[in-house]
Amino acid sequence: MSLRGRRHRDGEVILREAARRVSPWTRRLFLRNAIGLGTLTVLGGCDVVDGQSAERMLSQVSDFNDRVQAWLFNPERLAREYPEQAITRPFPFNSFYVPNSPEKAPAIDVANWVLDISGRVERKDGWTYDQLKALPQFTQITRHICIEGWSAIGKFTGVRLSEFLRAIGADLSARYVTFRCDDRYVTSIDMASALAPQTQLTLGFDGGPLPREHGFPLKLRIPTKLGFKNPKHIGEIEVGNDYTGGYWETYGYNWFSGL
Amino acid sequence: MAVPLTVHSRVVRVTHWVNAIAILVMISSGTAIHNAHPTLPFSIPGVFAAGLGFIGALRWHFAAMWVVMTNGLVMIGHGIISGRYRHKLLPISLSGVVATVGETLRGKLTHDDPSSYNAVQRLLYLGVICSIVAVVVTGLAIWKPVQFGVLTTLFGDFDRARLVHFCAASAIALFVCVHVVMATLVPRSLLAMIRGH
Repeated sequence: MSLRGRRHRDGEVILREAARRVSPWTRRLFLRNAIGLGTLTVLGGCDVVDGQSAERMLSQVSDFNDRVQAWLFNPERLAREYPEQAITRPFPFNSFYVPNSPEKAPAIDVANWVLDISGRVERKDGWTYDQLKALPQFTQITRHICIEGWSAIGKFTGVRLSEFLRAIGADLSARYVTFRCDDRYVTSIDMASALAPQTQLTLGFDGGPLPREHGFPLKLRIPTKLGFKNPKHIGEIEVGNDYTGGYWETYGYNWFSGL
Repeated sequence: MAVPLTVHSRVVRVTHWVNAIAILVMISSGTAIHNAHPTLPFSIPGVFAAGLGFIGALRWHFAAMWVVMTNGLVMIGHGIISGRYRHKLLPISLSGVVATVGETLRGKLTHDDPSSYNAVQRLLYLGVICSIVAVVVTGLAIWKPVQFGVLTTLFGDFDRARLVHFCAASAIALFVCVHVVMATLVPRSLLAMIRGH
């Protein structure tokens, strides 16, 4: 466990820290037993496919799809970049929490904020906002594609994740990079996608700092994956070989979710 | 007693029914996915969504796609290589379509020979084959707009490819409605697709 929780005096924050460490696997098992996501009902309401065995089959196919996508992934194929005129304004807000309201986004004071680093890395010192700002930045105008089907083009500025991982001496042969967030969101990505040139630790948005509703102070912009793999309000980055899954992945979203 | 003439070979029948089930799963799960962020100005009634929630729909859609693709390759590949499509679906002429519509309106259309298709049938079958190809290609374009970016660009961009995917799926759904009605009206054609003759 990192030191992140100790830096906060607020008990509620400590509880949230604990919540974001609950094993997604535990929740996954619970969910699988609790709701038959796989149940297929035909007109009239009769279940034509038994929930449990269908759910097992669907999970196996989802794991197979992870492998197919990892095999398909070519870091040299870049997400299309757009001109300034193509930018979607206002850029849509979307959250995993209900109600889907920017009011519920955490308001973070960077004076007390530190990005924690854990796992298979040589330098585990936390990073302040100013330290991250001092790293070389690049800007991309790419399309954010939501799993629900909508998409929006935004302009994102930040640090190349590959350069950041090298800066902290991360084990680049590790399998996963996990992001734990201050809004209790969690997701993880494969190392190949983490090292892809457009994958960015984003500090700036549309020419200014990252707004609160879009993940201030730090979000991940990964245009080679669906929107839910672009976590906001990142508080901790972990490099490791153990599958850590994620919030939506627990509910059945495909883990790789590459574009 | 003469051995009945085989109208549909075993490959045709098996791939037809596998495709039928897979397409139904794709349409119902696709409906639920559509409703998460509708392309149409309204949501499609939930009764067509097979009781699936959004996440269940995604999981079924991205599982059944493999069945549609692999079965479709065998089905369409066989249709082309065996010459079945060429013999049964071609030629299609506009005058033939007009003549068939005229016969239908005068009540003179017959389905005496289930091994031979009239001009409207040919047009619809060819149309649905093209729609299946289009729905798979646009499906790949919106599933992997970076890795298969060439396909996505072919349709303009992500949103356009998504719209074409929806239109091709709608065309297939309309075909299924007509096809099921006709098979019910001419039960011999349904029997032929089950037992081959």
